[in-house]
Amino acid sequence: MDTPRLTRAVGGRLLGGVAAGLARHLDLDPVVVRLALMALSVGGIGIAVYVALYFLVPAEAEPETREGEGETTGPDSRRKGRDVSQLVAYVGLAGALGVLFLLFGGVFDPLLWFVVFGTLGGIILWQQANPSQRDEWMTTTVGRSAPKGIMRAGAGVLLVVVGVIGFLVFQEQLQNARAGLTFAFTVLAGIGLIVAPWIVGLVRERDQERRERIRNAERAELAAHIHDSVLHTLTLIQRRADDPREVQRLARVQERALRSWLYQRPADADTTVSPALERVAAEVEEEHGIPIEVVCVGDCPMDDALAAMLRAAREAMVNASKYAGTESISVFGEVEQEEVLVFVRDRGTGFDMDDIPEDRMGVRGSILGRMERHGGSARIRTGPGEGTEVQLRMPRIPDL
Amino acid sequence: MVDESTTFSDGGAVPRVVIVDDHRLFRSGVRGELGDAVDVVGEAGDVDSAVHVIGERQPDLVLLDVHLPGGGGVEVLRRVLAQHPQIRFLALSVSDAAEDVIGVVRGGARGYVTKTISGRELADAIVRVADGDAVFSPRLAGFVLDAFSATDAPPVDPELDRLTQREREVLRHIARGYAYKEVAKELFISVKTVETHVSSVLRKLQLSNRHELSRWATARRLV
Repeated sequence: MDTPRLTRAVGGRLLGGVAAGLARHLDLDPVVVRLALMALSVGGIGIAVYVALYFLVPAEAEPETREGEGETTGPDSRRKGRDVSQLVAYVGLAGALGVLFLLFGGVFDPLLWFVVFGTLGGIILWQQANPSQRDEWMTTTVGRSAPKGIMRAGAGVLLVVVGVIGFLVFQEQLQNARAGLTFAFTVLAGIGLIVAPWIVGLVRERDQERRERIRNAERAELAAHIHDSVLHTLTLIQRRADDPREVQRLARVQERALRSWLYQRPADADTTVSPALERVAAEVEEEHGIPIEVVCVGDCPMDDALAAMLRAAREAMVNASKYAGTESISVFGEVEQEEVLVFVRDRGTGFDMDDIPEDRMGVRGSILGRMERHGGSARIRTGPGEGTEVQLRMPRIPDL
Repeated sequence: MVDESTTFSDGGAVPRVVIVDDHRLFRSGVRGELGDAVDVVGEAGDVDSAVHVIGERQPDLVLLDVHLPGGGGVEVLRRVLAQHPQIRFLALSVSDAAEDVIGVVRGGARGYVTKTISGRELADAIVRVADGDAVFSPRLAGFVLDAFSATDAPPVDPELDRLTQREREVLRHIARGYAYKEVAKELFISVKTVETHVSSVLRKLQLSNRHELSRWATARRLV
């Protein structure tokens, strides 16, 4: 990194951070800059310069302050606020100098003013010419910061013009220069007229290019997604074409993934009931290959009891997938004021509750027992040939 | 709810159907799956040709895709129903988005099924809608329950803005995956009564001015 950009210092400033910033930019000790500004203030110029710089130079970004200034501004940098005693000293010094000049010196040569103006304008313009800034005021889309940039550039131009004309006036060269100036302005205006359409065209082209770039980026992202997921799945499907079950499973998994991508389901599935239930269903479906249709009404935050309920629901879905011999399973979740309900239903073979041996953990332990342990209840409605519906019910802990 | 002279459910005539979907492959797939259950009299792939074909063939029912080039299924509903209010629409979509589903139903479709539906179920749904009944998929039932339960503001018109206890029960069972017949058995009512309840919910959904419905759909954006 070469010279830091001209910014107003936030850390290590005494008044507005102009001097500290200038010092950092010029790689000088801030004391030197402050003394110089003060000396200029005697004739009034320093104050004008200070105020102008204060408004024209952007304040530095916060985080940069911390690291960059350690070496350049010395002990000043350690506090963010202003050191009042130093400020008082400078003001006192300036006052004393002023008195001295009033007594002995008279006013500065006005020539100096215009030199200062010209230099200041030049500095500002050069500042603006750095590429990122240029970018900012050439794009019409940026909007918010653009007017400020234009204003700053305008002020710079104005200062330079005032400086140059003033210099000429006080050198009594204006008369001589007028003819040349008129000529120069005319030529400039002519060139401007010729070049303007071309510049406008360039700017438009640039905007067009930028838009194109954004669109391309979006397309690339979409392409990447399609490639990673859909094309991959299609390849798998072609390879497994002889296994209809696997093909269906792959298609369903891909469908789910694409849907959640398109409709932007919340990625964090563990914080509320509805996405959690869908995730559980998706997992079971992926494992066992039986499509599970989930409908969920309402939503609420998860808690331990509800997590247990989802585990029970999962067990019910797994059972239905494994034993019911059905083509699809319906899951319905409803969050009500006082309780959360989950229904897992299949139209499969069903079974006789009395036929389940005591030691089979699935239904008794994982569903009934689990629900009861957490203060809920479970009901299983089934019968041979009637399909099965597992109804889970869990009271809600009132929202705080 | 049967207000037509011909009914299709008793196995006499088959309903005349126009299929509107922008995927040709899907149209021929549906045609094949439906087989003899319906008489496909026309097909269309976008809004303009759909309006034209429907106006020309005057089908009993239109199978309508929600997403169509030229304004979507809602646009077809608007233009056709303005001239032929007797034509029934069954919306068919791969979309899970609530605003799509609620949108076409409020636009005048008498039912909504997803494209994953089996051929037999689709034929059933077509016959039912052609007979003047409403067909709710579990997902649509879920959407409707959700839409009508989010009652923060007091209803403007209680008659339209609220579901009765019985209607909620029926919808709940549909959302749980019960067929109308099973709902009827479960609630000890006739299939006809179930159909009446569903039609009444459909009417409320279409007529209710509750802006919560649309606001809810936008707020959720997903499901």
